[in-house]
Order: sequence, then C-alpha cells, then structure tokens
Amino acid sequence: MLKKYKNLSNYARTSISTYGIILLAFVILFPLQQAGALSYSFSGMLVPICAYIVMAISLNLTVGVLGELSLGHAGFMSIGAFSGAIAAVSLGNGTPDVLRLVLGVLIGGVLAGISGLLIGIPVLRLKGDYLAIVTLAFGEIIKNIVNCLYVGVDAAGLHFSMTDVASLHMTNGTVILKGPQGAVGIPKVASFLSGIILILITLFVVINLVHSRTGRAIKAIRNNQIAAESVGISITKYKMIAFITSAALAGMAGAMYAMNYSSIVAKKFDFNTSILILVFVVLGGMGKFFGTIVATTVLYMLPEIFREFGEYRMLIYAVVLIVVMLATNSSGAKMLKDKIVDFVKNLFARSKNKKVEAGGADSE
Amino acid sequence: MSKMVQVPSKSIVPERDVDKTPILETHHLGIDFGGLTAVDDLTLAVGRTEIAGLIGPNGAGKTTVFNLLTNVYSPTRGTILLDGKSTAGKSTAQVNRMGIARTFQNIRLFSDMSVIDNVKVGLHNSVKESLISNFTHSFGFKKSEKEYTSRALELLDFFKMADLAYEEAGSLPYGAQRRLEIVRALATNPGIVLLDEPAAGMNPSETAELMNNIRKIRDTFNIAVLLIEHDMNLVMNICEGICVLDHGKVIAKGTPDEIKQNPKVIEAYLGKKREG
Repeated sequence: MLKKYKNLSNYARTSISTYGIILLAFVILFPLQQAGALSYSFSGMLVPICAYIVMAISLNLTVGVLGELSLGHAGFMSIGAFSGAIAAVSLGNGTPDVLRLVLGVLIGGVLAGISGLLIGIPVLRLKGDYLAIVTLAFGEIIKNIVNCLYVGVDAAGLHFSMTDVASLHMTNGTVILKGPQGAVGIPKVASFLSGIILILITLFVVINLVHSRTGRAIKAIRNNQIAAESVGISITKYKMIAFITSAALAGMAGAMYAMNYSSIVAKKFDFNTSILILVFVVLGGMGKFFGTIVATTVLYMLPEIFREFGEYRMLIYAVVLIVVMLATNSSGAKMLKDKIVDFVKNLFARSKNKKVEAGGADSE
Repeated sequence: MSKMVQVPSKSIVPERDVDKTPILETHHLGIDFGGLTAVDDLTLAVGRTEIAGLIGPNGAGKTTVFNLLTNVYSPTRGTILLDGKSTAGKSTAQVNRMGIARTFQNIRLFSDMSVIDNVKVGLHNSVKESLISNFTHSFGFKKSEKEYTSRALELLDFFKMADLAYEEAGSLPYGAQRRLEIVRALATNPGIVLLDEPAAGMNPSETAELMNNIRKIRDTFNIAVLLIEHDMNLVMNICEGICVLDHGKVIAKGTPDEIKQNPKVIEAYLGKKREG
C-alpha cells in the first residue's frame, strides 16, 4: 500500500495526506467534543487552531510557493476579523447563526482580498528584504488604524468615526468597534465544524492552484524570474494572483477567529502574530501543506501543554523550537530519521512475510 | 537500411510562411551604460529559416545584444523589428509572445521543478486554461492538462528526453540541462530562437549532437536560429551567416568563408601583426 501511495502523483499525495489528517482529526475530536469529554481549555483551542492552520497554509502560498517573504500576514487576518465581526453584528440577532457566520467569513475574505490587491500593486515590485519591510509596515498600519476606529450600526446603517463613540451620531444603535477596546458583542457563531470546513476549502483552493497552469507559473517565478519572463510569463499578474488568494484566505481565517470570541482587540494581530505564523510555515516546510498543518497544531498547543512549568513556559517553548529546527534541518538528524524509517519498513515487511508464510491472503 | 525520421505533429510545429523576408531586423541599435557604449550601430537581419552566428572576443557585447533583442535592456538608440513589427516599449514577456525565445549563457532552468513542468511552463501561452478551472480542477481542466502533457512529452521525445520527463530539472547532467533549456524555449512557439553559448562546457561528441539538434530545429520547426558561440568549429559548420562583434561594433558580416579570411576578424581575435 505504501508503494502504491508513493507512485501517486504529487497532487494526489498532497491531497490525500492533508484532507486525510484533517478529516481524521475531525472524526476523532468532534464526537469527543459533543460528548463533553474534552477539557475546557482544549475545547476552546479548536477554532483558533483551525484559523491558524488556514493562516499558515495561506502564508505558505506566498512564502513557500511564490517565494516572497511577507511579515504582515496578521494584517490581513485583522482586516478579515474586524470586517467579519462588523458584518455579523450588523446582520442582527434575527438572522440565523449559519448565515451570519458564512456572510461574515465571506465579507472578511473579500475585504482582505481587496486590501491584498491594493497593497500588492506597489509592494510586489519590490524584492527580498524590501518586500518584507513594507509588509511589516502594512501590518502595523492596519493595527493602528483599527486601534482608533469607531464603528456603530443603527437603523440608518453603519457609522464610522476616527475620534470617539459620541461622534458616531447614532440614535440608540449598537457600537461594534470601540477603538482600543476593540470589537465587542460579536456573536460566538464559529464552531469546530465550521473551522474544519474552512480548512478543507483552503486546502482545496491552494492545492488545486499549486498544481495547475497558474501554479506552475508561480513556481517558475520563484525558481528564476528572468527565465520565467523569457518564456512569456507576466510576473506581476501571477505574483498578484498568489498574493490576493493568500490575503483573502487569511481574511476568512480572521473572520472565523473573531467569531469564536465575544470581543477582540487589534493588538491581537500584531507583528508577533505575523512572526508566529511564519514560524509555523518555516517549521512545517516551505510549500509543504501537510507539514504546515502538523507544525501549526503542535506549536499552537505547546505553550498550553507547558503551562505546568509556570513562568519558564516560554523559555521551554523557545528551546523546543530551536531543537525542532535543528532536528529537521541538520544532515545528522536526517540520517537518523532515514535509519528509523528503514527500520520500521523492515519491521512491516517482516510481519507481512510471516503472514504470507502462514498462508494468509496478500492484501495487495 | 532506412533511417527513421521522426515527424512532429502539427500541434508542436504550426505551419509557417517561409519566404525570404527577414524575421528579425535591427537598425542602428545601440545602448550606453552611463558613459560606456556597450553596443553601437548594430544593423543586422536574420532570415526566416536561417542559422546565424554572432561571434566576437570576450566582452565584445554579444550577450548584451541578446538582452537588447529580448528587451531585458531597452535600447538607447535604434529599432528592433520582429516580423516587421517594432518591439519598442514591450516587456520581456511580451517580446517572447511576439516570437523571440532564448536560452541563457549560465543555465537558468526552474531547477526544483520536474523536466516536464519546465516544458509546460514554456507552453504557458500556447495552451490556455481559465483561472476558475485552476482553482477548482474542473471546467475543462482535465482536457487542457492532457494537452499540456502530450505536447510537452512530444517535444521532449523529439530531443530524446522523454524518459527524463519526471526527473527534477536541477538534477540532470549538464548537457541535458542545456538541451532542456532549448526545449523550453521551443515550447513557446517562437519564430526565432536565440542560443547563448549552447556548446559551452560540452565535450566534442556532445557538441556534434548539438549541431545536429540545431539543424533539426531549423529543418522541422522552420524557424530561425541566432547563436552566440566560441566554438569556431560549430559556428563555421552550421551557420549560414555570421556577424562579428568587437568592442560593441560590427567589424564584419558574411558567410563563414568570408569571415575566415577577413583580416579585421583575425586581428580582433589574434591581435595585430607586428610590423617589420
């Protein structure tokens, strides 16, 4: 069976492994969650983990597949989170939860995609370090704008202000966004199921895109921009497609994330968050989606697992991070891994031989 | 014993008008980098099915000419006409779509992609796929991908590389990498292909094979070839017209026999004969 799996195309292998692990996690965890068998803290982490997996997969499209370093991915998450929250609140309590969630996520994705387009036009002309610095600045700008933005809704529609609540000029409406206090009164409509669905949609979009004409063009640009141009590929167009797709998915993840809490502040989506997501991507592997999913889940849960170490928690987190980085990248560790894989394979082969000798039908 | 001659399908070799008007012309082309004039007053024409050579000592400006022809640099002076149309103001990608493909002196493959994917990138503008089909892998995706694969395999097969199709391009031996660059350039369906030192680093048997391949490209694809090369054996054997460049200026133009006898060319390569 292992052999059959290896002979499959790259597309089939990536699809099976990523969809497989997500569905497996769902099949195991969903009944447990419904039965109330999960601890309160773990249960509360399920939706954020789903949102961060989507964040990491979408960032991997920019960093791993397109090969451009973006340090402002949390900015798109922020745009998605607040526009999604505003949409969900303005729809009102009369609207069904599913509709609020779906519309919130869609609006978050569209607005983040549009901002990706606007920021992409000047930014994607830059290369390497410059691009990283400009995207970093973009993330900070978004954070600071949201920090002093006031939004309210009443019968007349949405009201915006950059000064305070009073200047919204509303008559008995609801204030949604209160500047530094963040968005409040968000309906908690996100669920584990919706998080899983969003991951599956993200995987479907990204994996399909990578294994297509567009994906080949994007990979060609990462490999060698001059050669890609020389065979007639429009560099800007394909960089934009990758960047906007990545931004829109991040916006959807942000909206999903926001709707898991009743209130959310802009500070949550700062530079540290962007770096955190980048760490998930680097550790999971550039352009590798299965690794990204595993790395995000493990690294997101680690600080929680280490809670018993008290104040040394983050120190241990850092040490684990360094050890994992070394273990996945040094040649010695790779040899060790190969040895272990060979050992396990031999073990399987031996047990299979025994089965055959015992007269059992070969499963293949 | 009859020799098997492979006939490529219409899909990779479209019909071309092969009359004698030049496919590529330059008129008084020149470029300055700051105060330095790298290329000056270059006027040349390459026929529709001609194999032409661009030679000259190191630093003569040969690769700069290729970069001008593909609009990597925009010329300071002069015009470039491709099939009678000016390429001024076009991007490198647009110039390729107009019909110029090239290879590079230092190989530039998409090295961590497979061999066949390199060729498929070359076919990018010949087989269209809608963006929505790319995101969903439906709406005619299977059909267009099948066309990509069959055309890429046919091209690779033509250069005896079909068995390498699923290898990683960067892991190929040097000679095969050079060949793959040519295949990728041909995949863009050009009217003229520019080869920048195709024989560099090749042994004599590989060079002989390359010479066959260049002739094969011209004869089956009916396109023009302009090549930069230091291997004089190759140049004199396969080129029909040669242009010699020295210090950015054309010092001689003509057939191989004329070039061999031209005193200016001998002087540029070997230096001036001492008096007395």
